[in-house]
Amino acid sequence: MSVTAEQVRHIARLARLEMSEEELERLVPELNNILDWVEQLGEVDTAGVEPLTAVVPNALRLRDDQVTDGECRDEILGNAPVAEHGFFAVPKVIE
Amino acid sequence: MADATAPFCISGATGEWEVVVGLEVHAQITATASKLFSGAATAYGAEPNTQVSLVDAAMPGMLPVPNRECIRQAVRTGLALDAVINRWSRFDRKNYFYADLPQGYQISQLFHPLVGEGEVEILLDENDEATARRIGIERIHVEQDAGKLMHDQHATMSYVDLNRCGVALMEIVSRPDMRSPAEAGAYLRKLRAILRYVGSCDGNMEEGSMRADVNVSVRRPGEPFGTRTETKNVNSVRFVMATIEHEARRQVDLIEEGGTIVQETRLFDPDRGVTRALRSKEDAHDYRYFPDPDLLPLELDEAFVEECRASLPELPDAKRKRYEGVGITPYNAAVLTAEVETARWFDALLEAGAAPAQAANWVAAELFGALNRLGKSMEECPVAPASASELLGLVADKTISTTLSKQVFEIMLETGEGAAEIVEKRGLKQTSDTGAIDAAVDQVLAANTDKVEQYKSGKPQLFGFFVGEVMKAMAGKANPQVVNERLRAKLD
Amino acid sequence: MTDLTTLTIAELRDGFRSGEFTAREIAEQYNSAVAAARSLNAYTVETPDDALAAADAADKARQSAEFGPLAGIPLGIKDLFATRGVDTTSGSRILSGFKPPYESTVTANLRSAGAGMLGKLNMDEFAMGSSNETSAYGPVISPWRRREGSNAALTPGGSSGGSAAAVAANIAAGATGTDTGGSIRQPAAFAGICGIKPTYGRCSRWGIVAFASSLDQAGPMARTVRDCAILLEAMAGFDPKDSTSFDVPVPPWEGELSGDLRGKRVGIPKEYRIDGVPAEINALWDRGIEWLRDAGAQPVEISLAHTRYALPTYYIIAPAEASSNLARYDGVRYGLRVEADGLNGMYSATRAAGFGAEVKRRIMIGTYVLSAGFYEAYFTKAQKVRSLIKRDFAAAFEQCDLILTPTAPSAAFGIGETTDPLAMYLNDVFAVPASLAGLPAMSVPGGLDAQGLPLGLHLIGRELDEQGVLNAGLAIEERAGFTAKPQRWW
Ligand SMILES: [Mg+2]
Ligand SMILES: [Zn+2]
Repeated sequence: MSVTAEQVRHIARLARLEMSEEELERLVPELNNILDWVEQLGEVDTAGVEPLTAVVPNALRLRDDQVTDGECRDEILGNAPVAEHGFFAVPKVIE
Repeated sequence: MADATAPFCISGATGEWEVVVGLEVHAQITATASKLFSGAATAYGAEPNTQVSLVDAAMPGMLPVPNRECIRQAVRTGLALDAVINRWSRFDRKNYFYADLPQGYQISQLFHPLVGEGEVEILLDENDEATARRIGIERIHVEQDAGKLMHDQHATMSYVDLNRCGVALMEIVSRPDMRSPAEAGAYLRKLRAILRYVGSCDGNMEEGSMRADVNVSVRRPGEPFGTRTETKNVNSVRFVMATIEHEARRQVDLIEEGGTIVQETRLFDPDRGVTRALRSKEDAHDYRYFPDPDLLPLELDEAFVEECRASLPELPDAKRKRYEGVGITPYNAAVLTAEVETARWFDALLEAGAAPAQAANWVAAELFGALNRLGKSMEECPVAPASASELLGLVADKTISTTLSKQVFEIMLETGEGAAEIVEKRGLKQTSDTGAIDAAVDQVLAANTDKVEQYKSGKPQLFGFFVGEVMKAMAGKANPQVVNERLRAKLD
Repeated sequence: MTDLTTLTIAELRDGFRSGEFTAREIAEQYNSAVAAARSLNAYTVETPDDALAAADAADKARQSAEFGPLAGIPLGIKDLFATRGVDTTSGSRILSGFKPPYESTVTANLRSAGAGMLGKLNMDEFAMGSSNETSAYGPVISPWRRREGSNAALTPGGSSGGSAAAVAANIAAGATGTDTGGSIRQPAAFAGICGIKPTYGRCSRWGIVAFASSLDQAGPMARTVRDCAILLEAMAGFDPKDSTSFDVPVPPWEGELSGDLRGKRVGIPKEYRIDGVPAEINALWDRGIEWLRDAGAQPVEISLAHTRYALPTYYIIAPAEASSNLARYDGVRYGLRVEADGLNGMYSATRAAGFGAEVKRRIMIGTYVLSAGFYEAYFTKAQKVRSLIKRDFAAAFEQCDLILTPTAPSAAFGIGETTDPLAMYLNDVFAVPASLAGLPAMSVPGGLDAQGLPLGLHLIGRELDEQGVLNAGLAIEERAGFTAKPQRWW
């Protein structure tokens, strides 16, 4: 398999990465190199093998239902590039 | 109102069409105080961004820790819908960029949901078991809600409030088993009732704690499914039904004009009663689901599931059958079990000793009527079940007549006094004293000699008039049976 | 007065306790050393006041004899760890100016053990890199130089390059690192120091900027095996805020340290003899086997059949997780924002300006392998191979108690020398399998190559057997006699 410039453009859009044509052209062969290389996994017989779901034998712990957090709006908004009237502000969205 | 049980068909220019409906209901788990993966509060209506933890705001390095009670409530809900509980499930990330989604992904469950297949039985006509339909549940998964965007506060910016962000939702996905707006409406009402019985979700559609994505397609009867559209976030039963009506009609018209349905996301416009396509997104959705590497698989043991099962209350269907079994009419049984508050109140009434059939009639007619007049809900019912039982007892042992009981009930509502107290204080006890009744009968007949003549010369319908006059003369306190007997004795 | 910056953490601790010197003296000397070593570009932020405050608290506590195990020890903190009120950028422009209102669990643990912070250490952007060249704040220069007439600036390895350089150059007594696919061990090897990546789940990931969540683990980097044990004891521990954290007690690793390996079997994986690896490295590996034999262990040949597939597996899984983990850098809540048309325009412009080339490359790879139509072929396949790699280790540990390999396939290389991404990825060929399996693994200096640059030996243990790894590390340390130090040029 090899990726086309069109596919790379699509992936960049999915990933919200603005990309110049030059950048795109440079990236296509790079990505193809890497993908060619990872495709050697195709050689491995994985019939009947379950994908790994937990790195170590550890069970998911659940926490008790208690309010332990929140009421920290200043901290939440403190690093925001644009915050107004207790909200984060983003360029206007039209639905 | 149209007959809800008649098959729903759309007559197009080229013949009859059938509508196929599936619903994805997002029900907020309102039973918990904190969010699905963070310790922030979930209460409705807080100041913007005050119920936001560092996790909800997706600060770098923050990690989700699941709330046991959310899992428990979803399992209880699944059990109430007769569904398979998957003892091994896991969380996946659904990746997309939006301003209400700080992480850039929603933690949801695609590959291995917590709850598998189940079923809901609906009844299109409460009086007719033959109108029962089974609607399949495909799955219930647990996921995070998103934040809220406000578009009208600023000329060039939208404002983001993350209070809802991370609140636990159950997405209850039905099979495409519904064939009419009425079925969809009945399904939603039933689902809402079950959720409220279970207590996992308050079903408050106005506050957004329950909303539906409505999948609609049309086909010729017997043919394979057509292409469906999904109308998102419809927030009332009425709107869901309107969405289906409108969307089915639109699809039929489009197909008959030679067009094709595109699989798309639409919005319902409640002001105009129509659906419209969402402004097409910049690119097709590709959510890139994959298992959330911050969370291990969720494994539930038998004891956990058993505790969930044991904690379930009697559910609407079982309750309805029980009511019918003690002589309550199917209609009353359906009405009394439709809302959990009503059922709870009614159960308390039975427990206080009221006779089931009589109590059911009284609640359906008198109590509902009174609440309606007062504009109150069942939760705000001003009469306690024990007081109502006392009132019904007075009717049952013939201390007061049914007619008089209405008057007593009014006084109870007004003053909050007990039924027996009212009857005692105001001397409303019913009398069977034949001496007093005979005196009143004689007095009425003497005062209406002309009517007596007419009665005797062949106007038997005047009998009711005499009964009424005697009751009036006795201020409603006479035993109506005795009045009848004495009048017959004198007139016939 | 002695140069306190040359002492190990154990020596500093003992000297502080006996009153030989004060914590303030330690901190002051380190602060000066840090300021004098700016040409290494190891620190992105210096926090001398933090170090002094912790030192003063330690000195005060010493009077009441109620001080933590790390009282008076000044550490460098990799910039991937959130530090309250102190810039935390992960080596990225996109987090420029970000001051977290919270402290990572690991650094909070170190602080409550009494340690002070000298500053935040430079690193590859979002820990993606093996040479520290991807940092938005410029590369870290290794304190080491080649022996023969070359003044070429070398990389300290990566991604914990600032940590490695700082410890090697005596501008931190020890440092935190994080390891996703070798990011503690490879730079430790390049810099001639020790570094251990504990079992996945030993150290809390809470407050560590995520790269690839199923692989990321924090660990210490220090000059000796003992120092690593001391630091790891303070860093590790159950954290209810990380649901992948192990709820098991932290063993007394330092107290149980022993270079006596009698009864231990050391696995030598035959698949780790790979073409193109310099003979010096294989020779050091052979010496390592002899040292462990000398310590009483019995070498056994083992097979880790899927070793050659580990790197390609890693380069599917890690970018996939990263592409999702890095979606939150969108210009809304913190860090850089580049205004552009509409919400998506702002996202795309911000991320284009905020991320460097390697990070973008990995986001692109990760997005691609998760996208519709490719998920099964790439991601699911990789997770299946990962299962096989884990199985290989499980089978190997039936035959042995520990595994010994080289840490990296080369010594440190020059800055700008490796431009091909794939060639760069090969740096972690020996380190990545243990990461995929979540196993504890450590690099210990073994000797110098012909150019006078350090080479490391790599020990892999069973799940939660950090003790076994540390003990074998100690056995090597005791025999390798590695005392080389970079010549001071900075
Ligand atoms: Mg949906
Ligand atoms: Zn959903």
